[in-house]
Amino acid sequence: MTAVAWGAALLQALLYAALAPLLVGWIRKVKARLQNRRGAPVLQPYRDLRKLLVKEARVAHTASPLFRAAPYIVFVTTWLAASTVPLVAVSLPTAAIADIIVLVGLLALARFFLALAGMDVGTAFGGMGASREMLVSALAEPAMLMAVFTLAMSAHSTNLASVIDYQLGAFALRPSFLFALGGLILVAIAETGRIPVDNPATHLELTMIHEAMLLEYSGRHLALMEWAAQLKLLLYGALIANIFFPWGIGQSFTPADLGIGLAAVFLKLLALGAALAIGETVLAKMRLFRAPAFLNLALLLALLGLLSHVILEVGA
Amino acid sequence: MSPTLLPLLQQIVLVLAAIVLFTSFVLLAQARLVAAIHAFAWQGALVAAVTTVVAATGQTHHLYFSALLTLVLKALLIPWMLHRLTRRLALDRHVESLHRPALVIMAAVALVIFSYWLVLPIVQQEMTFTRNIVAISLAVVLIGLLMMVFRQQAVAQVLGFMSMENGLFLAAVSATAGMPLVVELGVAFDVLVAMVLFGVFFFQIRESIDSLDVDRLNRLTETAEEGIVAAGRTTPRAVAGEDG
Repeated sequence: MTAVAWGAALLQALLYAALAPLLVGWIRKVKARLQNRRGAPVLQPYRDLRKLLVKEARVAHTASPLFRAAPYIVFVTTWLAASTVPLVAVSLPTAAIADIIVLVGLLALARFFLALAGMDVGTAFGGMGASREMLVSALAEPAMLMAVFTLAMSAHSTNLASVIDYQLGAFALRPSFLFALGGLILVAIAETGRIPVDNPATHLELTMIHEAMLLEYSGRHLALMEWAAQLKLLLYGALIANIFFPWGIGQSFTPADLGIGLAAVFLKLLALGAALAIGETVLAKMRLFRAPAFLNLALLLALLGLLSHVILEVGA
Repeated sequence: MSPTLLPLLQQIVLVLAAIVLFTSFVLLAQARLVAAIHAFAWQGALVAAVTTVVAATGQTHHLYFSALLTLVLKALLIPWMLHRLTRRLALDRHVESLHRPALVIMAAVALVIFSYWLVLPIVQQEMTFTRNIVAISLAVVLIGLLMMVFRQQAVAQVLGFMSMENGLFLAAVSATAGMPLVVELGVAFDVLVAMVLFGVFFFQIRESIDSLDVDRLNRLTETAEEGIVAAGRTTPRAVAGEDG
């Protein structure tokens, strides 16, 4: 049984890497449609990645070994973090050995190396992007942890699989989960660099955050960095979809369950991606100095989730 | 009592009550007056929704009438009057931000925790499922009070006052299944009259100090340079710009 479970976990990790560009392609396609453009094909991100992977990687003269190592570290830690989030089946061995706090830690590690790499070459843009990324993440992380604690207080566990099991077993309308969902969505938008906080479609803009750190990268290094960013988006999408809307996720490792789980998560992510695209079309990018207010709102939502759990749900 | 043990309607009440609390926070932090008025209207509509669902779960049919009264008065009539007032005072594009928004929000969170601690003895008495909402309604009252303390703008202070009334109404619904109809009608009438009076007062304040920033009421005399600044203002747009 454990061999089957580890096989499923491995399969799921591969699935994460394989599906991540597809989600980005889908979001871009929906956005293009909403803007009355035809847009690139949904598979375009795969072609971009392949193109970058076969290209020669150029590195600046002033770069240290850290600059070369960072893409691998960022990609591997993000992938590792993604593999702990249940995608098609709940009771994965990877979800059992790492809970949500480890997940947050792994993402923080990836971000740390990303910021270091941004500063390494010594260009103005890289340093600026790194400092902005740290500003956003320093505010987003407490909000994310607070939302996670709200979930953990209901489920009596910080383990993702237990939280999802709890949601499946005892579903109820919970104000705390509603607030945690709102908080997590805002955190996800900030962390994955989507529109009100950062614009993923730009490569030369004074207010860019994520792209500014990648300006010096090329070839396979750039491919890995972009792939890691796509993985992170899929990770947050799967996290939100499977915790708050857990229906359909596979309870066991039979092929039928896994198939249904895959179809369910596919539909959920399609819907989530379309919602994100609509949001990005409707909203304009904020000024950077309004990002703290945005993340304060996320923190407030998470805090209200915690309080409403204590006040409304525990009772006497 | 955990939510899974409650019927669906009662779960909906809890969710709605939690959103009422959230609208209180939105009201407190919203810098744009018109948006704050909309938030207030939503709060009124949500309180009416809570009342309707409480009425549907129990045998208290007179609550339907209170819900209707709240909806018409708090979600439609008063927001409409405030909207009209802000337009006539040329304040509809007015932006007034709090001095330390994060600190004020944290104070409001502390008030929520305080009100929870305060009603804990009441909650431990066996009552209906709505007992948990008493803490929420007390928090809404206290946040309304906080809003009246921290906002400088007279219209925003009135919004705080009105949201306090929302909290009191929610408390009545959740703790005792609503007040007698006579009392409720009286309160509704009072609120309406208060609103009309506030409207008159806005114009009076505006006439006398040329602004709705009530902090200026603390000053008894105008200094010389302020007199010059006041004399320099001629257009209403400039006055609206000065308010924040």
